[in-house]
Amino acid sequence: MDFISILSDAARGMFGPEAAIYALAAVGLNVHFGYTGLLNFGQVAFMLVGAYGVAVSVATWGLPLGVGVLIGIGCAVVLALVLGIPTLRLRGDYLAIATIAAGEILRYFYRSSYAQPLTGGVYGLRQFADGFYNLNPFTGTSYGFGAFTFSARSLWIMVVGWSLTVLCSLLVWLLIHAPWGRVLRAVREDELAARSLGKNVYGFKLQSLVLGGIIGALAGSLLAINVQSVQPDSYNPVVTFYLYAIVILGGASRIWGPVLGSVIFWFVVTFLDSFLRAATSSGLIPSSIIEGSDVGAVRFAFVGLGLMLLMIFKPAGILGNRKELRLDVR
Amino acid sequence: MSDEHSRPGDHRADDATVPAVPPADGNGAELTEQLDPGQLGEHDEVEEREEALEAAAAMKGSSAAAKSLEGVAAEPGSRKPDPILVADDVSRRFGGLKAVDVSHLEVQRGTITALIGPNGAGKSTFFNLVSGFDKPNTGTWSFKGTDLTGMSAYKIARLGMVRTFQLTKALMRLTTLENVMLGATGQRGEHFLPAIFKPSWSGQEADNEKRADELLERFKLTHMRDEFAGTMSGGQRKLLEMARAMMVRPSLIMLDEPMAGVNPALTQSLLGHIQALRDEGTTIVLVEHDMDVIMSISDWIICFAEGKVIAEGTPADIRSNQAVIDAYLGTSRALPADEKEPSP
Ligand SMILES: Nc1ncnc2c1ncn2[C@@H]1O[C@H](COP(=O)(O)OP(=O)(O)OP(=O)(O)O)[C@@H](O)[C@H]1O
Ligand SMILES: [Mg+2]
Repeated sequence: MDFISILSDAARGMFGPEAAIYALAAVGLNVHFGYTGLLNFGQVAFMLVGAYGVAVSVATWGLPLGVGVLIGIGCAVVLALVLGIPTLRLRGDYLAIATIAAGEILRYFYRSSYAQPLTGGVYGLRQFADGFYNLNPFTGTSYGFGAFTFSARSLWIMVVGWSLTVLCSLLVWLLIHAPWGRVLRAVREDELAARSLGKNVYGFKLQSLVLGGIIGALAGSLLAINVQSVQPDSYNPVVTFYLYAIVILGGASRIWGPVLGSVIFWFVVTFLDSFLRAATSSGLIPSSIIEGSDVGAVRFAFVGLGLMLLMIFKPAGILGNRKELRLDVR
Repeated sequence: MSDEHSRPGDHRADDATVPAVPPADGNGAELTEQLDPGQLGEHDEVEEREEALEAAAAMKGSSAAAKSLEGVAAEPGSRKPDPILVADDVSRRFGGLKAVDVSHLEVQRGTITALIGPNGAGKSTFFNLVSGFDKPNTGTWSFKGTDLTGMSAYKIARLGMVRTFQLTKALMRLTTLENVMLGATGQRGEHFLPAIFKPSWSGQEADNEKRADELLERFKLTHMRDEFAGTMSGGQRKLLEMARAMMVRPSLIMLDEPMAGVNPALTQSLLGHIQALRDEGTTIVLVEHDMDVIMSISDWIICFAEGKVIAEGTPADIRSNQAVIDAYLGTSRALPADEKEPSP
C-alpha cells in the first residue's frame, strides 16, 4: 500500500473539477435550504436542465456553447417558476414533494424515446464542449508537483469552476448581508411574522428559488462540460442528497459552508475509494469482506456513517454556530 | 427616547420597576425633561411628582380620546364619529362552530379600544380575519376608508395596520436589532438588484438602524441588541414584538395579549408605552384579560362572547353592564371547562 499515492489521490479529489461543481451546486442549495428554509429535494433537476441546456444547444442545434449556458439558465428560471408558483403558498412539505418528483419526471422525460431526437435519449449526447476547451489558456502537459498533478484540461475547468463558486458565494454574501437577505432569513424563521411586517413572503421565496436554481444550472452546465457528455441517469436523486450532505457538513446558512463541505466530502470520498482499492488489491482487507468491485458502494456507506457521526458530535456542521442551532429546538 | 432611567442620581438599578410616565399634552418628551433631577432632592419627592404626573397624563391623554367618543351609544355595533376600522357581517366558521360572527364593529381613530371576552370568544380569530391572516366566510371591512376584503396580509400591514400574535413569533436566529429593523417599510435594499449595490441602500439602512435603536431603548431591550432573539425570555419576546410592529409606523396597531407573561412592573411601563402611542396619534386595538389593566387604560371596550359583540362602551359602562357580567366578569368561572385551545 502506497500511502503517498492514496493521499495525493485524495488531495486531487478535494480540489478537482467535481469538488468545484458540487460546491457550486451546494451554494445554490444553501440559498434555498440554509437561508430561506425551502426544502428543495430536487436541486439535481436544476443541474439537469443546465447540463442539457448546453448539450442540446451545441450538439443538436449547433449553437455556440455560451448560448447553451444561457439557455440552461433560462430553463432553470422556468423550472423554478413552475415548481414555485403552485407550491410556495402552501406549507414547506409541498415544495419538497414537488421538487423530488420534478427531478425524476425530468430525468425520465429526457431519457424517453419521445425526447430522443433532442436529447439522445438513454444514450445522451457527447462532444459538445470543444468550444470551452478551445479557450483553454493552459498548454502544458501537466501542472502541479509530485503526485499532485492535473492535466491542462482539468486545470482549466477547475479554474473556471472554483472561480464561479467564489463569485456566486460573493454574490450570495452581498445579498444575504443586505436587507433582502434579512427578509429571506426572516422567512426561514417565521413566515407569518414576516408577513405581519408587510413582507411579500411568497415573492421572496420565489426569488430565492430562482437564484439557487440558476446557480444549480450553472453547476450542471459545468458538469456536462467536464465530462463532455450528458447521460440522464447520472442526474438521479442521490446527487441532491450528496449536496445536502455537503451543505450540512460545511454548515448550512454559512457563506463558505458549501465550499468547505464539498472539499471535505470529496477528500473523504476519494480517500476511501483509493484506500479501499489499495487495501483490497493488496489483500490487507480480504476479499471475503469487501470485493474490489464493491468499493464504489462501500465508500458511500462510510460517507453515510461519517454524516451520522457528524450529526451527533457537530450537528451545526463545521462552520456552523452551535448556539444558533440550539435556538430552533424550542 | 427620553426616559427616566438615564437620569443621574437615580439609584434604582432596575428601571423596569419605574413606571414610564405616560406623556401628557400629546408629548411625553417635554414632560419628562421638565422633571429636572437637580430641583428634586428627595427620592420620595421624585416618586410623588411622578405619580402625580402619571395620573395627570393619563387623565389628559385619555380625555382627548374620551372626548372623541362622547355621545357614542354604549351598545353593540354603535357608530363612531371618526372610525378608522369598520367591519360588517364578518363571520368565520370552524366546522360547526361559528367562531366569529360580528354584524357591525367600528374602531374610533386615536383611541385605545380593548377587546375582552372569555377564552374562545373569537377575539384572536377576529384579529386574524381583519389582518388578512385568515379568510372569513362572509363579510367586508375597511381601514381608513380602503376596502380590505380579500387583501393579502402583507399589503394590509403596508397600509399601516399591523398586528402582533398571541403566541409570540420571535425570529429566533435573527438578532434583536435585525428583528426590529425588519419592520421598516419601503426598504430599497429589499429589492434584488439594489441589494447588491450597498451604496444604494446604506443611507436608508443607517436611518432605520437609528430608529430601531430608539425603539429598543424605549422597550428596554438595548442590552439584547446583538443577541439572537431566540435567547430571549417570553416577556422580552412580547416587548420585541411590539417594538418590531412599531417599526412599521402603523396607524393602527392590534396587540393580542401584549401583557401576557410580562412582569407586573414591566406591565406598568408597557401601559405607559401604549398610552404614549395613543397620544402620538396611533390607534390601538388590544386584547387583554386583566380587568384592572383594561379598565385603567382603555378609552372604549368591546366585549365578545361566542363570536358576537355583546356589549360596547366606556370602562364605566362596561363595569355595570349586565351582559358583560353574565358572560365574562361574574359567571366566567361557571363557563364550561372544556374551552378549546386558543389559536395564535
Ligand atoms: N384554526 C382553528 N380551527 C378550529 N377552531 C378554531 C381555530 N382557531 C380558533 N378556533 C376556535 O374558535 C374559537 C375562537 O378562538 P379564538 O382563538 O379567537 O379565541 P380568543 O377569544 O382569542 O380566546 P383567548 O382569550 O383564549 O385567546 C374557539 O372556540 C376556538 O376553538
Ligand atoms: Mg386569543
